[in-house]
This record gives sequence, C-alpha cells and structure tokens, in this order.
Amino acid sequence: MRITKEEVEHVAKLARLKVTEDEKETYAGQLARVLEYMDKLKEVPTEDVAPTFHAVELKTPFREDVPGESLAPEETMSNAPEKDSDSFIVPRVI
Amino acid sequence: MELYDLSIARCRKLLEEREVTSREVTASVLGRIERVEGSVRSFITVNAEEALNDAALKDKEEQSPEKPLLGVPLAVKDIICTKGLRTTCGSRILEGFVPPFDATCVARLRSAGAVIIGKTNLDEFAMGSSTENSGFFPTKNPWDLNRVPGGSSGGSAAAVAAGECIGSLGTDTGGSIRQPASHCGVVGLKPTYGRVSRYGLVAFASSLDQAGPITKDVLDAAILMNVISGHDPKDSTCAPVEVPDFTESLIPGLGGLKVGLPREYFGEGVDPEVAGLVRRAVEMLKDAGAEVKEVSLPHTDYAVAAYYIIAPAEASSNLARYDGVRYGLRVDEDRGLREMYEATRAKGFGAEVKRRIVLGTYALSSGYYDAYYRKASQVRTLVLNDFKEAFKEVDIIAAPVAPTPAFKLGELVDDPLTMYLSDVFTLPGSLAGIPGISIPAGFTSRGLPVGVQILGPHFGEEVILKAAYNVELARGDLGKAPEL
Repeated sequence: MRITKEEVEHVAKLARLKVTEDEKETYAGQLARVLEYMDKLKEVPTEDVAPTFHAVELKTPFREDVPGESLAPEETMSNAPEKDSDSFIVPRVI
Repeated sequence: MELYDLSIARCRKLLEEREVTSREVTASVLGRIERVEGSVRSFITVNAEEALNDAALKDKEEQSPEKPLLGVPLAVKDIICTKGLRTTCGSRILEGFVPPFDATCVARLRSAGAVIIGKTNLDEFAMGSSTENSGFFPTKNPWDLNRVPGGSSGGSAAAVAAGECIGSLGTDTGGSIRQPASHCGVVGLKPTYGRVSRYGLVAFASSLDQAGPITKDVLDAAILMNVISGHDPKDSTCAPVEVPDFTESLIPGLGGLKVGLPREYFGEGVDPEVAGLVRRAVEMLKDAGAEVKEVSLPHTDYAVAAYYIIAPAEASSNLARYDGVRYGLRVDEDRGLREMYEATRAKGFGAEVKRRIVLGTYALSSGYYDAYYRKASQVRTLVLNDFKEAFKEVDIIAAPVAPTPAFKLGELVDDPLTMYLSDVFTLPGSLAGIPGISIPAGFTSRGLPVGVQILGPHFGEEVILKAAYNVELARGDLGKAPEL
C-alpha cells in the first residue's frame, strides 16, 4: 500500500480535518491508486528543468502606497458565525 | 422562437431597437427556469425577484456603447462572488455566506448593464468533472437527463443549453469551462491565465484558475470577453495587457493560418465518434483556407499526474481559510479551538474536497515535497515548453475536448482516478496557462453533442475565436435543441 490509514490520519491532522475510520480506509485505498499513477512522473528526466509555478511570465506590479477604498469593518464582519461588534469570537484557547 | 432562446447579440439588438424589454426577456428566462429546472437543476440560487426589478431599471437606462450588455440576463457560476447574493461554491461549508463585494468580472458585467439571473451549480469548489460533487444536488445534461453535464461549470453550461439564461460565466482550472461546454453543446472559452481578474473568484488552484464565458455562440463569447478582460489592480497576476475588440476577429476565411493536430491527442482511448467529429471540424478549418499539419506534444501523457499534484497542493493551502471563524459553517462542540476547526471542516467539506486536501497536503508534506510537488512543477515546465515549441510551427492547435461524450450519472463518481483521467485533453493547456475554446462540432449517433477544442498561444484569444467562428460558419445551425 502506497499510503496507509495511519498516513491518511496524520495528513488529515495536518490539514485540520477530522476523518472517520471509514473515510481513512476509503481515502487510503483511493489515494494509493492515485499515487501509484503519479509514479509515471519518475519516467521523466527533470534534472536540469526549472519548476514552473506560474505559466505566464509576469513581473510584480507596483503601485503608489496610497490608501484606497475598502470594505467597512461591519461589512467584513457580516458573515462571521459568532462575533462581538468588531471581534470574531473563537472557542477558548488557553 | 422564444425570447429565452436568444443569443446575447440578438437579445441586445432587439433591446436596442425597443422590440422587446429587458423585463420581458428576463421574465421569459425565469419562466423557462420554472418549467425545466425540476429536471435539469442548473441553479443553486435563482435571483428571480431582484432580476426582474433590475431588468425594469435597465429598461429605463439610456443605451450606450459602455453598456454592451444592457438588460441581458446572465447566469454566474456559484464560485464567483456576487455582492448581496449568496455564494456557496457548491459547498456546505459556506452555508449562509453572502459576499460583501462583487468579483471584478461580475462588477464588469454589472457595469456593462447585465442582469444577474442566478448562481449556477458546480462541483464543490470546482473540484470535479461532472457536477456530481456539488454539495447540493447533481445537474443533469439537458440533451440526456441520465447523463452528466460535465464539470465543474456544469450548471452554467446546462443553463445555457437549456435556455435558462442568455449567457453565463464559468471558471476553468483544468477544463471546467471547455469540458461542460463540449458535453452540453455550447461554446466555452478559457482565457489565458492573467487575461481576466481572479479577484472575487473563490480560489481553488491559484496558478490555474480563470473565469470565462459559456455562451450559445462564438460571437457571444467574444462579447463577454470584451467585458470581463483586462488588468485589475486587485489581482497582481492579472496581466497589464491591451484588450482588443474580440468581436473584430470574427471574420470568415482562414487563409495563411496553420493548424496543428497533436498526434498524442488522437491515439487510443479516444472514442471513435468523438475523433470523427473533431476531424470533421478540422476539415472545416481546412475548407476555410487553413493549412493543417501534425505536431507533437510529447509530455501530454504526464499532464494528468502533474495537474493532480499541483492543483490539490494549491487547494489544500487555499482551503485552509475555511475554519469556522470568519464566514460559513461552524461546528462548535464546546471543546477547544482545534476541535472546532476539525469538526467544522469534517462536516462542511464533501468527499472529493477532503480527498484533494489530503492528497495536496501529502504532496506538500515534509519528505514528499521534492518527489511530488517539485517534480510535478518541473514536468509542468516541460508541458509548457511542448506548447511553445508547437506554436513556433503552427498558429493554433485543434484537438478533442474530452475522450468521450458525456458519461452517465454515477458512472465514475466512486472512481476518482478514472474521473481524473477524463481530463487528459484539457489539463495540458491549463498547466501551460494558454487560452482554449470548445465549440460544438456535431452530435454522436446517440444525439450527444461533442465539441472541438482550439488552443492558442498566451494572449492568443483572437486567433482561437476566429478559428472557432469559422467552424461555426461551416457547421451552420446546430439543427436541434434539447427536448425538455
């Protein structure tokens, strides 16, 4: 098996995703097949090939550092599941 | 002919001549939605009341060249933010989300005078090729209700095919405009990466995502491209490139044009009827004066593997934002913050999204980064170089969009790898960031539409539109409509 249930569990934890035992089993099986297919890439010699992260060449655009229009605080907060005026409420951390 | 059947160009002409009102067209489209939506299910949200009010206002506005879409009812894929109109991305995790802003492409539609009729269904966060991964319900193919419309912009393509809108916007990360357009018998254009602003397009894979038109004909695609293209200071990857009038490239005749047929796209695994219809479209290009020659894109066979590492890797990072704090669903079990994150994401995301988050996180994780993510990004360079080489010899490339016509609902849904492999002909162009258009070439013996894909070099939208227009001219009217 290319990817075990334990690995799925570990990766899911890194991604902050709770997975059930059934999901671990299913994903491990499906991802094993997918990863096996990905092995194709090993056939390609890439030693001197630079990676591409953006296919269209672009320079970083610069602009003057002047404030523009932006959303009002109440608009940015409008979708919060729990809030207190302009603060997001989260479960107790400490 | 009913008003809902109109193309954007014909709708505008009738509106301009005051033959019809926007309210009448909008009401006709809404009536059509009411009649066929029970079987097709293109829409997650129909914006009926507001669209009618908006249309009435448009009828009072003065016509102007700045408003080429004045009064035209359009649908928008539900992964593109619409101010004040709920945007779900086809996901339960965005429950109740109402964007406080418009995506730049939507803002441009609105300032061109368009009426937003509703938000169309999609695979959750655009991850899929069939619209079956929607967190709400699958959309059906209007040509055969037992089949998928393709995906991920299946709702937009089905809505255009079924007359549930005059035109629409979709998004394409690995084929999500071109493939559903092909399966639904409509026109779909994926612009060059950077041609259209991604601001307000909810991110799936940021180095690949592009919004583009799905329309009834090539002229309409050009009209929408004129409106949505162009630099946007809100998206640093949106290229500061001049936007031509795309409608001006729609002229008959292709004298001097060189068309490449990539031999890797016509091999085994392509349905013979699909290959036949694509070759017929290539004959049409030839008849219009183009010269056709074989080219090679030798790394085609590696594009699926590279894409399905790169896109999930980017997605796993982009989707980290759904944490139950700032918007959408929150599942609080009265335990800690971390437990809240995990429970929210477990409940809110569907199976395919979870699968891709796990795959992407794995490909980026310590020990695997070089073997998967870096390797895939190097192969991406080779795929891009294949196209660069080919475009030294030819002006455009003609190819199938997908290896088969629309498949049956449920056929591939439990087999992710086979579903991924069905994207084999759209993924290379996506990795290379080049523009591509799908236009209907004809129908299979079972009556399923099949598109031909025309690819061009970076910022070569004009030449692919011109070629597509010539196929459309030679093909003539589709000659039939979905029976709904």
